[in-house]
Amino acid sequence: MAEHLLEVKDLKQYFPVRSSFFKKTNLKAVDGVSFHIDEGETLGLVGESGCGKTTVGRTIVRLYKPTSGSIKYKGTEIDDNNIRSFRKEMQIVFQDPYSSLNPRMTVADIVGEPLDIHKLYSSKNEREEKIANLLSLVGLNADHSRRYAHEFSGGQRQRIGIARALAVNPKFIVCDEPVSALDVSIQAQIINTFEELQDKLGLTYLFIAHDLLVVQHISRRIAVMYLGRIVEIAPSVELIENPLHPYTQSLISAIPVPDPDTAKKKHRIVLEGDVPSPLDVPSGCAFRTRCRYATERCAKEIPELTKRSEGHMSACFNK
Amino acid sequence: MNDTPLLQVKNLSTSFPTEQGVVHAVNGISFNLDIGNTLGIVGESGSGKSVTAYSILRILTDPGRITGGEIYFKGENILNYSEKEMYDFRGKKISIIFQDPMTSLNPVYTVGNQITEAILLHTDRNKKEANERALNLLELVGVNDPQKRLKQYPHELSGGMRQRVMIAIALACEPDILIADEPTTALDVTIQAQILELMQELQKKLGMAIIMITHDLGVIAEMCNEIIVMYAGRICERGTADEIFYNPCHSYTKGLLRSLPKFTKDREKLIPISGTPIDLLNMPKGCAFAPRCKDAMQICLSELPKEIPINDFHLASCWMNVKKVYDEVKEGRKNG
Repeated sequence: MAEHLLEVKDLKQYFPVRSSFFKKTNLKAVDGVSFHIDEGETLGLVGESGCGKTTVGRTIVRLYKPTSGSIKYKGTEIDDNNIRSFRKEMQIVFQDPYSSLNPRMTVADIVGEPLDIHKLYSSKNEREEKIANLLSLVGLNADHSRRYAHEFSGGQRQRIGIARALAVNPKFIVCDEPVSALDVSIQAQIINTFEELQDKLGLTYLFIAHDLLVVQHISRRIAVMYLGRIVEIAPSVELIENPLHPYTQSLISAIPVPDPDTAKKKHRIVLEGDVPSPLDVPSGCAFRTRCRYATERCAKEIPELTKRSEGHMSACFNK
Repeated sequence: MNDTPLLQVKNLSTSFPTEQGVVHAVNGISFNLDIGNTLGIVGESGSGKSVTAYSILRILTDPGRITGGEIYFKGENILNYSEKEMYDFRGKKISIIFQDPMTSLNPVYTVGNQITEAILLHTDRNKKEANERALNLLELVGVNDPQKRLKQYPHELSGGMRQRVMIAIALACEPDILIADEPTTALDVTIQAQILELMQELQKKLGMAIIMITHDLGVIAEMCNEIIVMYAGRICERGTADEIFYNPCHSYTKGLLRSLPKFTKDREKLIPISGTPIDLLNMPKGCAFAPRCKDAMQICLSELPKEIPINDFHLASCWMNVKKVYDEVKEGRKNG
């Protein structure tokens, strides 16, 4: 069987927090997440704030050290000792194009920094040439390189962030809400840039976002997270047309569709209440407190992801 | 005649003089709002949609100034009101809910305190009656355990709850108009659905008119029957929801709708609007959208397009529509 580019197994990421003066508890940001990504594909990861999707992305590129679980890249387990060599393979693009670029560095220095760190050039000229190439690759002008980040609009800044990620010629990029901070008209530009780069460079993406419309557009498969666990994973079209998990169902029905006719016809499944605090996750299935189908069993056992059809897995006892 | 609109904005202009120059945030916009209607104002950042709302309530932050136009509420120009009259007007006739429910509630007062403040200010209820009213309001907006919530501080509530409290405060004095400035942008989708549902329910129950300001065309499609599309402080297109979504007649609206990802089986490529958002300090002479418009003609760069009717329910300010009429006439002459 072909090997997956990235394989994540039972990943857990706990953060210790002081709940009272003497007591320390663990905030279970990610609690047993498993998935794989094949070469050249895009896996979308959706969920609401606090569900742990960003933590998954950051743990994969080891900005956090995982509490437990395994992350394999091309069959090799990533650990503290070999992560440096993998940094050239994996990069991340952050959400906020305003705070993720150093305001005191020129664009050339921002994009050139990874080149410096990994010593990817032999002469000053080559460095400049590489930076110019990277900038044109993401649709920026080479003569932008002497400017500072604040001189650019949000969309252009995000392009700088993408150029920085591409500098080391990676195979795999974690895109952490890369278009959430952008206006609609600009958002489409950046999404297209991501798609073009994928075609051109054969990139693999983990695309993290809260906007299901954006995610289903760019991804081949989608994983839905709720309170630290994946509740459903399926090919994009299948997930949208035939969502099985009650949470996915309500998530899809809650999205305002920019189409008045559909909006009038649509039956919105409105969830009661708020997402519980990740410090105090309900026993059993974390979603049961807001679920219409919840039974006694849901409070006792944690439902596992089980296969429903080819490539479609859902974690629910009742649906 | 009894058909004076509830709110009539006429040729409103608002600008912000800054050290770099004058930012013309709103440039001569006019619209009406009728009793019980929901008007959606949609636009991207910097389009002037929020400034329009703040101008109506006269709560512009310094150095913002209303530089021209009139705003009539039930036939009275509120721009002539004194600051004291405005004090009475805000919250009682028109109230507003803001985008970020955390920063718009006062962290050092309890929820109860903040709701009763509005009631005590605008009505002659005493403290006990105000408290009862606050309790009813919290029930009305679907806050569970209202008795307890009254004594809590904003930080003890979740984002959705805070927005419900904001709505309770805004509705405390039964205003005729509720302005909602990106009321769900800071919220998660499932919570957004709750708040939108609540607003629709409350409108049915209380009959107030709503001005819904948002960048989200999805929210607009679900909530509004009339829509105004803004770009660079001007209205580029207006009409009923069906007209705007299914028969867009301004290049910007068309571009906006094309650039949205949709639920489709086949992955069509998105068609983005090229270029970058407008710099309000250096507004072009003609149509503000012309530099980004792929159909722009010579006249678009030099002259501001006038608003022309497309049909009874639809107006647009785009030279393309003038050209279309002109071409049709020319074609007609040739044939006839």
